[in-house]
Amino acid sequence: MKQVINRKLTSRFLLLGLLFLLTFSTSLSAQDGDPAKGKSLFNTNCAACHSLDKKMTGPALRFVEQRLADDEGLDRDWIAAWIGNSAAMVKDGDAYANKIFNEYNGAAMTAMPQLTDQDIADILAYTAQEKATPPPPPPGDPEGKVTQGGISNKLILGALVILFALLAFGLMVVNKTLRRFAEANNVEIPESSQRKPLWKAFVQNQFLMLVVAIFFLLSSAYFAYGYFMQLGVDQGYQPVQEIHFSHKIHAGDNGVDCKYCHSSARVSKTSGIPSLNVCMNCHKSVYEYTGETTAEYSKEFYDGEIKKLYAAVGWDDENQEYTGETQPVKWTRVHNLPDFAYFNHSQHVTVGDIECQTCHGPVEEMEIVYQYSPLTMGWCINCHRETNVKVKDNEYYTKIHEELSKKYGVDKLTVAQQGGLECGKCHY
Amino acid sequence: MKGLVKILVLAIMVSSVVSCKNNETPNYQFFPNMYTSPSYETYGAYEVFPDEQSAMLPVDGTISRGHSIFDYGSSTAEYDRAKAELVSPLDSTQIDYARGKELYDIYCGVCHGNKGDGQGNLVKKEKILGIPSYDDAARAINEGSIYHVIYYGKNAMGSHKNQLREEERWQVAAYVMKLKADLEK
Repeated sequence: MKQVINRKLTSRFLLLGLLFLLTFSTSLSAQDGDPAKGKSLFNTNCAACHSLDKKMTGPALRFVEQRLADDEGLDRDWIAAWIGNSAAMVKDGDAYANKIFNEYNGAAMTAMPQLTDQDIADILAYTAQEKATPPPPPPGDPEGKVTQGGISNKLILGALVILFALLAFGLMVVNKTLRRFAEANNVEIPESSQRKPLWKAFVQNQFLMLVVAIFFLLSSAYFAYGYFMQLGVDQGYQPVQEIHFSHKIHAGDNGVDCKYCHSSARVSKTSGIPSLNVCMNCHKSVYEYTGETTAEYSKEFYDGEIKKLYAAVGWDDENQEYTGETQPVKWTRVHNLPDFAYFNHSQHVTVGDIECQTCHGPVEEMEIVYQYSPLTMGWCINCHRETNVKVKDNEYYTKIHEELSKKYGVDKLTVAQQGGLECGKCHY
Repeated sequence: MKGLVKILVLAIMVSSVVSCKNNETPNYQFFPNMYTSPSYETYGAYEVFPDEQSAMLPVDGTISRGHSIFDYGSSTAEYDRAKAELVSPLDSTQIDYARGKELYDIYCGVCHGNKGDGQGNLVKKEKILGIPSYDDAARAINEGSIYHVIYYGKNAMGSHKNQLREEERWQVAAYVMKLKADLEK
């Protein structure tokens, strides 16, 4: 018996060893570098200039360690030295350091002496991960359901139409056959007696005609008035722009302030159409859309619009440089006051402290911007009558505010009481 | 049969009136020459201008009113020079942290975070990554370097000089230094 046990000993040791290896293999690699930790370190320290798969200010970093080892014969010590102080390496004349430095137009990498060897190992473990492929969409995705729902709705409607047509046809056939039967059996169908038709009686009644004429005149006047009053009012105007810019994504989901792009609304008459360099402040880094999509606005659609921006501003995303070939974007103006009315944005935004949404509506929820307010004179005047003037912390005007309050006998001054209804304020 | 024709005519009239409501084109105007004057509008497209744009840059060699020459280039060496010698023209009485904060929250906070810790809204949503905190010891920013970065941008950050005026940039720089001091506490 003893011999038998001993004979199996080697294989048992092997098995135990395998088990040991399997259970501790994860922790073994963790000592080498933790990709999860590396990701957060990468995002805080490196991602300003580096991406995993895309050239940015600095080179793409996926599999950087392996690539450097294979192509240049450089080990982790070289990487650590480079991260610690790349400028010094360039100065000391390290061949590859100089090559990389010149390839990126002499953009020096910020020295990161605070990163420990463990940190660098973590980051390298993160860069050594395979690119995650997006999981295939599940078969029962909501978009498919929506389209199916649309089709079935149409089918039901179509079936109903056909049903009603058949019903009408059937009734007609029944009517016809019954009449034929009546004729065959010599049954007299009583003709309706020749009374005076209703409309003739109506026409001959002069009082009714007068009432109808008055009603007709009044209602046509009402509609004519309504039509003329909406002339030149573009409430609801929603033009299609050359580049689809979603205010919902930018101002709503991402919370970019209105005044980030429309900066001149603070200081000038116009709210300003942002020049494309303002777009590029973010879109140099944001080259694809990663948010929610719908059937109408897919990721491909949004990415295509970003490509349009790159084409207009002349940005070569592959090589991360401007080509200099620009093409102005012809935005279509949505809000346009007639030229005989003066309006100044800074007066309202900075001095009056009015929220943009007061006049422009919930722009942060609009996929395509539309004109929310009527922008008529009555609308302006109404707001001037209802809005109180900010008198607090406004020392320069304290005296005139007090005198005006006394004159009108009110606690709170409205814009109208301060002259906000005078014709010459807006029309001159 | 006559009734059918009448109904059809009415239906066509109603549908034509309804279909005239098209939100993609502006409404009719009464006396349009009072709405659009012959003068050039701020962002108009007119043939007399290069690229048909009335929005143009100042002529070379001129400075707009309220602007001044910034005597530093955009290179890294010039950044270092600005960091070493550029100081704010604002004295302590002119610095208005309330205004600085207002401007900072609009133009910087969305990436750098309203506390300056590099955790802005866009960073939290992983749209833009790698925003350093202002107390980053390796960068050791100061007013001169902040102004230079606002003016020219740095790495992935673009220039913000056309969104902020000269004095406003210095107010923001002062406020960033305050945030940096708060972070280093």
